[in-house]
Amino acid sequence: MNVLTANWSIYWHGFIGTLELTAVSAALALALGVLIAGFRVSPVPALRGFGLVWVTLLRNTPLTLLFFIVVLGLPRFGISFPFFTFAVLALGCYTSAFICEALRSGINTVPVGQGEAARSLGMTFGQTLSLVVLPQAARAVVAPVGSLLIALAKNSAIAGSFSVVELLGTYRPINELGYSIIWTFVWIAVGYLVITLAISVVFNLLERRLAVSR
Amino acid sequence: MAAASALYDIPGPKTRGRHRLYSLLALVGIAGLLSWVGYELVDTGQFSYTKWNPFQYKGIQRLLWHGLLNTLKAFGLAAAFALAFGVLFAAGRLSEHRPVRRFSTLVVEFFRAMPLLVMIFFIFVAMKVQPLWALVAGLTLYNGSVLAEVFRAGILAVPRGQREAAYALGMRKTQVMRHVLVPQANRAMLPSIISQLVVALKDTSLGFLITYEEFLHAGKLIATNLDYDLPFIPVVMVIAPVYIGMCLLLSWSAYAVERRGRRSVRLRGGPAVAPAGVPMGSPPEVGEHPVGQV
Repeated sequence: MNVLTANWSIYWHGFIGTLELTAVSAALALALGVLIAGFRVSPVPALRGFGLVWVTLLRNTPLTLLFFIVVLGLPRFGISFPFFTFAVLALGCYTSAFICEALRSGINTVPVGQGEAARSLGMTFGQTLSLVVLPQAARAVVAPVGSLLIALAKNSAIAGSFSVVELLGTYRPINELGYSIIWTFVWIAVGYLVITLAISVVFNLLERRLAVSR
Repeated sequence: MAAASALYDIPGPKTRGRHRLYSLLALVGIAGLLSWVGYELVDTGQFSYTKWNPFQYKGIQRLLWHGLLNTLKAFGLAAAFALAFGVLFAAGRLSEHRPVRRFSTLVVEFFRAMPLLVMIFFIFVAMKVQPLWALVAGLTLYNGSVLAEVFRAGILAVPRGQREAAYALGMRKTQVMRHVLVPQANRAMLPSIISQLVVALKDTSLGFLITYEEFLHAGKLIATNLDYDLPFIPVVMVIAPVYIGMCLLLSWSAYAVERRGRRSVRLRGGPAVAPAGVPMGSPPEVGEHPVGQV
């Protein structure tokens, strides 16, 4: 028990680190995911191809390998950012592929008539997608996006084993101070549970509010 | 592109021309990006002899080969154990005895909610288990729990009448399961099971973080060698295609199985097939913690 109180600042630092990492990566993943989903349903073949390659590559790359490439590989390229930015890049790009696929399946649930009606009003592809189809698709995929963001929060633990800005990374300094390793992990586990449960609760609320009945 | 047809008209000659222009612009953009990457690669000397030299050595090749075998070994063990774990706990969650059901639910929900890496580190650091078994145990607990939910959802998705008819024939619960529900659920679940195995295969690379000597670990050993001028990028160019190739093969097999399943379902009218790659919908339960198969 006293592991938590004695190392409160380390834990708190790690907890906030995980929250920040999750939030910023989620923002990047959502923005990229929407963009790539737009590419994948667009009438321009080159963009569709780009979207397909992006999704296929990222969905089949282990996240650890992606971290390896970004954190250890990019600096050899002469690109150097703070570790946090690298972690956000890896997590955000990885998750964006899954968000894109979730959105695309959401687009498939929007009745064809909606798009047809938008077109008959003279809307262009961009207007149809952004004003009519995507808003409805987004409401249909609240639940899957919620589980993707929970997965993102859990995946952020990988950043912790590359550097100590994150909850899992806190076990090292606390371990070196000689505290019970089991209790250290119990409190790390509690920290993650708090974050994932919070996301879960928020998305359950959102889902109830935004559900589309068809 | 069936989805796209709702979003835009079949283009006429003028629009086709416009799309060709957009395509051209996009291609120029992509080509620009690629050539920038290529320029950076050459500029930072990634194709120099010293950096690619190590791959000629027998020892290095053997190191990579052993790493790959170790990755496959961890994956095989984890897949086998996770399937067994999943069957066991799915049966537990479908049990008629409340304590068994409660216990199974608790176990499955807990291991699904924990980050896999935290479990692996816990088993490795706190319980002082060998890296291979720590990795396999972590993968088994996490993927087994997800698979348990896949199995349960599959069984519950078999139309109610099937179960009722079987009971009406006087079958016992085990017989209903074995002869009626499981064979039908199996076909519907197969794509989801394979997709989850892709997740397990990808996650074996976490072993690298607990010094298990798998493929990525072998890559890191080579990449951090000063004698070869730190060949990070060449190592990535060798390792990444192998990983992506293995995962793609599995993903495609899931897709193929899904397509075959859909065809036979249309002919015989069985339960709906869960599409591969798309996360399974939350199983029917209130306050459910969503699955993230990522």
